[in-house]
Amino acid sequence: MTLDLTLHTAPAVPIEAEVITPSRLAGLSLLETAKLTVVHGNQSAELGEFFRVAGAAGGDIHVSGDLARVKLVGAGMAEGRIVVHGTAGMHLGAGMTGGEIVVEGSAGDWVGAEMTGGRIIVRGDAGHMVGAPYRGSRIGMQGGEILIFGTAGNEAGSGMRRGLLAIAGDSGDFTGVNMLAGTIAVLGRLGWRPGAGMRRGTIVSMHPAEMLPTFAYACTFRPVILRLYLPYLRGLGLPITEAQVQGSYQRWCGDAVELNRGEILLLESGETPAAA
Amino acid sequence: MTAPALRVNGTAVVDTFAEAFAMWGARVIITAETGEWARAAAQSMTGFATSIIGCKCEAGIEAELAGGETPDGRPGVSVLLFSTSAEGVGKRLLERVGQCVMTCPSTACYNGLAAEETVVVGGQLRYFGDKFQMSKVMGGRRFWRVPVMDGEFVVDDRFGIQKAVGGGNILILGRDQTATLRAAEAAVAAMRGTPGAILPFPGGVVRSGSKPKSRYSFLFASTNDAYCPTLRAVASASEVPAEAGSVLEIVIDGLDLAAVETAMRRGLHAAAAAGALQITAGNYGGGLGQYQIALRPLLEPVGAAT
Repeated sequence: MTLDLTLHTAPAVPIEAEVITPSRLAGLSLLETAKLTVVHGNQSAELGEFFRVAGAAGGDIHVSGDLARVKLVGAGMAEGRIVVHGTAGMHLGAGMTGGEIVVEGSAGDWVGAEMTGGRIIVRGDAGHMVGAPYRGSRIGMQGGEILIFGTAGNEAGSGMRRGLLAIAGDSGDFTGVNMLAGTIAVLGRLGWRPGAGMRRGTIVSMHPAEMLPTFAYACTFRPVILRLYLPYLRGLGLPITEAQVQGSYQRWCGDAVELNRGEILLLESGETPAAA
Repeated sequence: MTAPALRVNGTAVVDTFAEAFAMWGARVIITAETGEWARAAAQSMTGFATSIIGCKCEAGIEAELAGGETPDGRPGVSVLLFSTSAEGVGKRLLERVGQCVMTCPSTACYNGLAAEETVVVGGQLRYFGDKFQMSKVMGGRRFWRVPVMDGEFVVDDRFGIQKAVGGGNILILGRDQTATLRAAEAAVAAMRGTPGAILPFPGGVVRSGSKPKSRYSFLFASTNDAYCPTLRAVASASEVPAEAGSVLEIVIDGLDLAAVETAMRRGLHAAAAAGALQITAGNYGGGLGQYQIALRPLLEPVGAAT
């Protein structure tokens, strides 16, 4: 039993559709669902003006179409499952506390911003500020898991306090900026200035990276914790190799301008750092 | 004296029961870079853990594990630890994981028991990290990373505990020490590897079986004179037949009654096949332990009921 929301009219300006959550749609008829209010630009509109509603509520919610201008899908959700067939707009799953969102395509900025629980899976790329705090706040995601199978933009994991952010491709600049704790695993390359201002937490990358001068090299070792974590990520579908599980990692400690209890682990692969 | 009434492979089996006790148990998975180092930690952790009477806990190696069977993919050892209370298991785990596993090169230590009740172990040992420790949560399970001189010690925050059964036993009587040892060794070989069960005594065998009383007021246990061949002529109620010259006991602790019964069944048949003169079990008349494990049902062939 699934509820199918199919975009039939692309909005000219973004709509804010935080009503698309399992708990909000539970128990509603198709007509009641279609009449739910969304914000369209600076106007109120009904969900049915943009989406064809079919199926039945109570199970998974499938949202289909180019949703690049449909913001806040799954924002604040606490349970259930949403599957997006297409591109997801900004603020996907922002503030969610539980449940799962799967995006078969790519997603915009602010995926899982300030989330505290649940899991978001993006099969394609994600924009900037994945799991980040909103402007004016210091604390980003405080729990849950975000898995990006493509690349992620700048400031992924900014202000992260707990949880797991895994990126199969490259991540942008300032990955883990101002990180408070938690784990960011990047199988591709880190952008500039990873971990800037981090207090605690772990950033792992499978490639060399240019470290800020406020990070100090400690040693090269085989972290047992990665022999737990990386197979766990492989179980979630990320392409983890046995060489990465068994490999030796450089440990860099930082950021010395902050608490200096964070770490960046870089797989020793024989590569030289990319030119800055 | 109880008359032998049953027979297996020509060995007399006394129609009696083993009296076992309610305990609490935990399963600890120790891994290391090599199986040898995992075994070294496990042997240290299970040392001086033969009897709750003097050691505060009973512990033993349940199984050796291949890399594919452990949480971090390295070779490992599964250890079971038992005590009389949930709190006691927690205290002993803290002491022994801290002193025997964390100290051993390259090891990590994981909870091996999915249970509703848990005790904090890594969450206490983390303080050794002197604020350099880090925690990682994976799938809702918290681990602690404690920096140590060869890298880091990874340990589960909490370990599951469950109600368990301690003190299952069989007594093996032989014509002399050599024959009795041979039968006991065969029994231990058959019993080891029983899932959920361990044999806490040296080599799996105890020769100083005890009774729960003493002529001395300051002792609450003393030698089991009823099964000491040297006292057959003077003990008030000797259970040693005239043709028996040696008695050895195998004690079994298990995470549940079925595990203890399975181990006892395997041991009984193996000892009989190895030429034991008589097999019986220790009990206190049924007035002390919560469990009575009769030997008669264990006479069925091993393959039929295990």
